[in-house]
Amino acid sequence: MRQRFENIDYLGVILWLFRAVIIVAVIWGTIATILNNPYSTENWIDFLVFGLAQGSLYALIALGYTLVYGILFMINFAHGEFFMSGVFTATVFVAIPLNQAGYLNRYPILSLLGITLVAMVVSMGIAILTERVAYRPLRRAPRLVPLITAIGASFFWQYFFRGLYGSGVTAFPTVDILKGKWSIGGIEILKAQGVVIVASVLLLIGLYIFVMRTKTGKAMRAVAEDKDIAALMGIDVDRVIVITFATGAALAGAAGVLYALLFRQVHFFMGFIPGIKAFTAAVLGGIGSVPGAALGGLFLGMFESVGPSLFLEGLGIPAAYQLKDVIAFTMLVLVLIFRPQGILGERLAEKKA
Amino acid sequence: METSTRFNWRESVRMGLIAGVIALSLSLIGLVETFGGRDIIGGVVSLGQIFLFGAIMGVGYFSAQRNLNARAGVNLLGGLLIGVLASLPLVVLIFVAEPINLRQFLPNASPALLELITFGQEQVTGALIMVAVCGVLGLIGAGIYLLPSRLRRPLLIGLLLVLLIGLLSEIIILAWGNKGLGLKIRPLIFAAKGLSIRGALLVFLVVAGLNAAWSSQGDRVRQRLDALPSGQQRAFRWSSLILGLVILLFLPMILRTYLTEVIDNVGLYVLMGLGLNIVVGFAGLLDLGYVAFFAIGAYTMGVLTSQGDLGVGGMSFWMALPFAVLASVMAGIILGVPVLRMRGDYLAIVTLGFGEIIRILALSDFLAPVIGGAQGILKIPKARIGGVELVAPEQLYYLILGACLIAAYVSWRLRDSRLGRQWMAMREDEDVAQAMGIDLVQTKLLAFAIGAAFSGMSGAIFASKLSSIFPHSFNLLISINVLSLIILGGIGSLPGVVVGALILVGLPELLREFAEYRLLMYGALLIVMMIVRPEGFWPEATRKRELHGYEELEAKAVPAE
Repeated sequence: MRQRFENIDYLGVILWLFRAVIIVAVIWGTIATILNNPYSTENWIDFLVFGLAQGSLYALIALGYTLVYGILFMINFAHGEFFMSGVFTATVFVAIPLNQAGYLNRYPILSLLGITLVAMVVSMGIAILTERVAYRPLRRAPRLVPLITAIGASFFWQYFFRGLYGSGVTAFPTVDILKGKWSIGGIEILKAQGVVIVASVLLLIGLYIFVMRTKTGKAMRAVAEDKDIAALMGIDVDRVIVITFATGAALAGAAGVLYALLFRQVHFFMGFIPGIKAFTAAVLGGIGSVPGAALGGLFLGMFESVGPSLFLEGLGIPAAYQLKDVIAFTMLVLVLIFRPQGILGERLAEKKA
Repeated sequence: METSTRFNWRESVRMGLIAGVIALSLSLIGLVETFGGRDIIGGVVSLGQIFLFGAIMGVGYFSAQRNLNARAGVNLLGGLLIGVLASLPLVVLIFVAEPINLRQFLPNASPALLELITFGQEQVTGALIMVAVCGVLGLIGAGIYLLPSRLRRPLLIGLLLVLLIGLLSEIIILAWGNKGLGLKIRPLIFAAKGLSIRGALLVFLVVAGLNAAWSSQGDRVRQRLDALPSGQQRAFRWSSLILGLVILLFLPMILRTYLTEVIDNVGLYVLMGLGLNIVVGFAGLLDLGYVAFFAIGAYTMGVLTSQGDLGVGGMSFWMALPFAVLASVMAGIILGVPVLRMRGDYLAIVTLGFGEIIRILALSDFLAPVIGGAQGILKIPKARIGGVELVAPEQLYYLILGACLIAAYVSWRLRDSRLGRQWMAMREDEDVAQAMGIDLVQTKLLAFAIGAAFSGMSGAIFASKLSSIFPHSFNLLISINVLSLIILGGIGSLPGVVVGALILVGLPELLREFAEYRLLMYGALLIVMMIVRPEGFWPEATRKRELHGYEELEAKAVPAE
């Protein structure tokens, strides 16, 4: 018995207490909110649908992190900027001129596809350039080195596009067919949110097929498993890495357009916070795992959307929506402490992190 | 080899196009135009042109460097080709910008930019001049590389100094140019804006001459110094240290008010840099939320001393300072505990999250009754020493200098202490360090705590310096600033922190135009530093080896006496 006391891991106890405090606070807040019941059912459904829409965006961005991390074990800090660059360029050069010419509302689907295509191509271009210039020379360097480069790349691109398109917030033109609501089984859904959810799910399925069913996807998985052996099997590792970056960036570019449809604005800083949150989502789902990233994104989006009203207001915190970013970051910390492998991930934390 | 002496077309074309894209980007993001207003040599060359043409020359130089085996003539031809190709995107810009009204997409494709890149001429003439100038510059760039290094070094350093003095001419004149001797020298060197042509030549010749003299004679001086007995060497080192301290003491009198204000801000960053240097440089824990401790120090100071509505303690600066530092240390430990088991990149992201959490909390209505929310804390009193209120930058300078000296002394002593060596062992390999019996928990927490203490002290001084604090002052960019400056100066190196802070904080404060492109340059700097000087990441590992070698020499020298 005494032996056991002497072996107590104080750190473990502190962390356990930390977890207990958070769980108690969440449960307490939730019960208090439910007892007060300040919101109607419609409100909750709105929160959930919005969370789902936002979560599917996080999922799309998170895939970029997960794919790159799976192969290079590197957090591509600049991924949020890939997301921003595509949609910012597409808005300035395609969406706004199309809207001025009236094409956007005359041929909305075609125009939106065009905008998305441009955004995806630009994001891919930026990603390939970044990989070539900033990451490839450092492939064998100690792990902190590429991370610092990635931080540098992130700020470089932010302020590059700020210089290029201006520092203000640019409005994304409204698309008439996305105004209003759909009614599905008695639930009212904003059309823009519905489109975001459906498009994201389609893209996620597309990616899953790409990774699991195509030869390139197979090569990607092989490189993720073991770079050296993959090279011995005749796989061009550099090419696969570029393809991985490009794939992630293409999804991020598409996510950017969906983000613009949802929030109707673009600016140079728009990639940063969604980028960090998407990283949180990737960690939450288990970094390196494609379905995990999707699941983590959806989960985080809903948690963030429902959370402030559900358990922070119950604790008597005023203007709780201001703290939704705090929820996401706290969740990141909690996941990394207590379940670093995430919901679906293999156990990476010990081995590779 | 036969092929290597032949002209490498494809390589040159590729480099030329890269240079062109760089030049075009520099123009379109507004860098050329913004810096076009700052003349280096009055009426002749502006900083914007130096950026534009420097990029082209740089690519010419770089390509000559890569093409080592080629003959000189081939290299020069390559440089010419690169320059001409590099001008093509700009030429396209000149002809295209007006007809398609490029400005509606890219706000920086302005008439002012076009005037700059056509040299104020008609489109066709301007374009031709541009092609010619770029071609010549590419040629010169390649030519510089081909010079023997005995000539190249003084040339480059001379040009660099001309650039620096021209850049700072406005400030130099402001500080020293209006009285006595300064007024006499001023017309000799400076024009109305920037250096005069004569002044530029003068500066260049003097600096290049000095540099050439030093590179031929410097080794002999150093040898003679090394040959001195160790006692005298130590005396030499001590006297240079004391000389440095004396200069630091009298600095505000030399620099005058405005420059002292700038140095004060640099000092606050030095203080933070020394703290982060312990966390990142010594212990190898990449902390991106470092601004949190700065904020906590500032807010503690604010709440404890403010005479406004939010003040609770009504304490004096000196009473509150220990609490501010203590609060930061506590925060360092509290934030440190959850991340103890994380490594490398996870740690970076989590600390980044912490920094954001602190900022969002400071901004939120939730904590507004305590720390003011977006309105911040006002009416924070200044520090007093014996009845004198430290208001003027010159007075604050001594407060900041004192704090920096303490922090530098602590860092210096810690580096070679048992704890410092534990940190370095941990940085090299955590598992091995643990196997050697190092208590990782304690070691990591101490790094976080001490790093946080310096940052908290910096925050406390910052709060009393500004007398009011707002959450917007504590954003992530400060963490990135501090990280960039310690990386520039060399991670883990104490003088490096000062150099880094002078360049990355001092320079942008002096040059207003920099503000907009500061982070663009920091970003580029981080990338370039990591690629070009990857060994700069652990500079004291080599320095340590040097020191050991030196100790061995001393150990041999002592018994011989």
